[in-house]
Amino acid sequence: MAHTYTPGLKVAARHLLRRRRILPLKGDVLVRVGQTVQPDDVVARTELPGAAELCNVATLLNVEPAELPSRMLNMVGDFVAEGQVIARSKSLFGLFKSQAAAKMSGTIEKINAVTGQVLLRGPSEPVEAKAYISGTVIEIIEREGCVVETWGAFVQGIFGIGGEANGPLVLAGDSRSRRLTPELLVPEMAGKIVVGGGRATAEALRRAIELGVRGVVAGGFDDKDLRDFLGYDLGVAITGGEKLGLTLIVTEGFGDIDMAAKTYDLLAANVGKLACVNGATQIRAGVIRPEVIVPGPAPAGAAAAPDAAPAGLTVGSQVRAIRVPYFGRIGVVSALPAEPRVLESGSRARVLEVDFGGGEKAIIPRANVELIED
Amino acid sequence: MTMDPSRINVILATDCGSTTTKAILIEKINGEYRQTHRGEAPTTVEAPFDDVTLGVLNAAQEVGELAGRRLVDDAGRLIRPATAREGCDIYISTSSAGGGLQMMVAGVVRKMTGESAERAALGAGAIVMDVIASNDKRLPHEQIERIRQLRPDMILLSGGIDGGTKTHVVELAELIAAADPRPRLGSGYLLPVIYAGNKDAVAEATDELVGKTQLFVVDNIRPVLERENLGPAREKIHELFMEHVMAQAPGYRKLMEWTDAPIAPTPAAVGAILKRVAEEEGINAVGVDIGGATTDVFSVFDGVFNRTVSANLGMSYSISNVLAEATLPLVMRWSPLPMDERDLRNRVKNKMVRPTTIPQTLPELMFEQAIAKEALRLAFLHHKSFATTLKGVQQQRTIGDAFAQSASGETIVDMMKLNLLVASGGVLSHAPRMHQTAMMLIDAFAPEGVTRLAKDSIFMMPHLGVLAEVLPHAATEVFKKDCLIYLGTVAAPRGQGKEGRECFSYALERQNGEIAEGTLRVGDVKLLELGPGEEARLRCNPARGFDFGRGGGAAIESAVWGGAVGLLLDARGRPLEIARDEKSRLASLKNWINEWRVYPDAGLEE
Repeated sequence: MAHTYTPGLKVAARHLLRRRRILPLKGDVLVRVGQTVQPDDVVARTELPGAAELCNVATLLNVEPAELPSRMLNMVGDFVAEGQVIARSKSLFGLFKSQAAAKMSGTIEKINAVTGQVLLRGPSEPVEAKAYISGTVIEIIEREGCVVETWGAFVQGIFGIGGEANGPLVLAGDSRSRRLTPELLVPEMAGKIVVGGGRATAEALRRAIELGVRGVVAGGFDDKDLRDFLGYDLGVAITGGEKLGLTLIVTEGFGDIDMAAKTYDLLAANVGKLACVNGATQIRAGVIRPEVIVPGPAPAGAAAAPDAAPAGLTVGSQVRAIRVPYFGRIGVVSALPAEPRVLESGSRARVLEVDFGGGEKAIIPRANVELIED
Repeated sequence: MTMDPSRINVILATDCGSTTTKAILIEKINGEYRQTHRGEAPTTVEAPFDDVTLGVLNAAQEVGELAGRRLVDDAGRLIRPATAREGCDIYISTSSAGGGLQMMVAGVVRKMTGESAERAALGAGAIVMDVIASNDKRLPHEQIERIRQLRPDMILLSGGIDGGTKTHVVELAELIAAADPRPRLGSGYLLPVIYAGNKDAVAEATDELVGKTQLFVVDNIRPVLERENLGPAREKIHELFMEHVMAQAPGYRKLMEWTDAPIAPTPAAVGAILKRVAEEEGINAVGVDIGGATTDVFSVFDGVFNRTVSANLGMSYSISNVLAEATLPLVMRWSPLPMDERDLRNRVKNKMVRPTTIPQTLPELMFEQAIAKEALRLAFLHHKSFATTLKGVQQQRTIGDAFAQSASGETIVDMMKLNLLVASGGVLSHAPRMHQTAMMLIDAFAPEGVTRLAKDSIFMMPHLGVLAEVLPHAATEVFKKDCLIYLGTVAAPRGQGKEGRECFSYALERQNGEIAEGTLRVGDVKLLELGPGEEARLRCNPARGFDFGRGGGAAIESAVWGGAVGLLLDARGRPLEIARDEKSRLASLKNWINEWRVYPDAGLEE
């Protein structure tokens, strides 16, 4: 029965991480196996042909399409700026002039004497895949990208918004329970990942965006603020594509919740170091959780081994309550009665006894705790 | 495929839901099959497990411990065949572990085919994660990146009128192929893509997509500019989701190797058993199975069977979507305790991010049951829109009304003709009081006339549905003896009136000749004792404007059946409306809850 438990989120001081970095289109991989990369390094790149703009210049000049080549002021291959006159015609002894201007900056790709159209091609656009984390390239995916590996501190959040970002970690406030409010944010935090303690307020997030903060890590967030912030009610937890100007990682849940001591202490121990964050969350089968990664050196003698299988729930396990009335509290399992009990709600469920310390014990449904792994 | 029952004494059956894996043990006792024990464990589709079979083993271990029978060996395998103290003879399973349906749709013009495709997907119960259109101002690589990032369960590709230009829709097919979409549930499974665009471009689109996706071609959703034809695409989405997508989960292939019969999608199994009951009894029936990610509704009216899966209405993964779709005021109207909006929103989101938790306190239970009523109501609306007299009807539209699609065909669901309403799924099956299940059913489905209520005792309809495929006799035996629990009967007239005005008078004649009489005023409810197995005659005489099925003001006489709850009289009127004024609403709700004995008396004193 000890097998039936809810695993907690990963919070580890040293963890081996691998991230796949792929281009959306086939292109060139710019790194090689064994190469060391930084988060903003481009590991693969491709060029996307520029936007095309077709313009019926013959009609604008009021001439026959066949006359178009002779009226052009620029030829195929010429670069023209937006608004620049590219063709001109004169009539009635030069008294009336007609002209056509480029609708965008670009290169003249085609002058069509049959249709009278001119095709302008805008500058090609680079599409890049960045490393996201600092580490070592361990695998190349031909024409697509690579896999980057690093050891580092790793914090899995419960929910996030916004995509990938990085910056040095900085603490706002003085404790894991301190609510993150605008006055705790200062201009020096621009370009950094700010760690709050308890709930981050909507005002604090707005202030953080104004200041140019790249990411905020907080214990809790209010759903009402989330709706106001996003402009819509989030129906299913699928995030990551928001363009809000920063990335938010919530470590515990919704509401006024302190950040878990283990998480806060780990982040505080890494202040000043480069952190890479990603708010992308998908809570459904095949779950994706938001994350904070602080890349660091490999521990001495570490082998690239996968994580050990999680230990089961036993007397002595540290657990966190994940639903009211004890939501957010952390304690130690002091008993695992086998028989189901009747809860205050009237339901029968399998329970455990949690010792919160100071002589306080509580009976909680097993489904309402998650295991905190060492 | 059926098996020889003489050799099968112990059956282990699981249902892998999105949130919980439920295991039941069926044993042959004195020559007849009975359900003996049940166990459950969280479904293990999330990290660090990522393997649905671990949840199966945990649930099997639990049921085994309760039964005193070792079902899993030290190597983590199910023990087969059964001996006196160990193992099972067969193992079968259903699955809906994959959760809800999240789609992307693609159309050439965002405001035309893009919107038609979006409507088809929404009509099928999907959440539309993004609409990719040729004119959506994003560059191709941005569109490709989006497809990869979102990992949709399915893509609906539309574009172009029949006989029109092919270029754009083929470009969209090229784009989807270039994205090389990887489904979220692992390798060895190609992403379903439904093509519903210009019929002349089918060959080109097929060239692009076949091999990289699992391609299905249906009629164009916009064959000409003024006509929208959503039916075929909508039905294909629904069918593919139910038959292929929702059962999938990490570890699904391994689970397939373990079972002695093909894994059935949960709604297919539940639908099969409900259909069988309706046919055997010759009645009109509605069944519902509310899960963590989806809510499935089944109906049989005049022999016509319909089933729908509302892919994003459920009590855990989809709970936040219920709130988003129903809106907060409609959820709050069912709560007998005042609740702060901020607090309520946070509770919903916390359940969404930690889907396996259960209510520990009574206010938490009331709050979950309030949300359940809205999830059930919305799922039933969805079902009614599918169960129509006409299928695949094309909607003639002018350009002007091109964006206001309404459903085609009349629904065949007639609540006045409904004989039996069956509840299944965690929040209904495991409600601590049967009265709570009855009230959730009545408030959400608003049955009219005289309707019998039942519930799946411990949530085993999915298991029995799949068992019916291999051992029909065993499934029927267990269904009749152990599965259905009759809650009683509800009598409610159609019509509305001023609160306090007379609604109907009744006389209940029991088999011992005893008669209970009374009158209900508009807004009243009443519970009369009528125990399990008891049958009685009910005469109702409605006031003018109220109808029990024979016309306004016409009296009826009907057989009624007792159950764990009794006879529920409901004079709240139909359609069922709740007072908007907070004080009146709370007073009415508390009155109904007390009359129907839904919660313990102390529960409403806060």
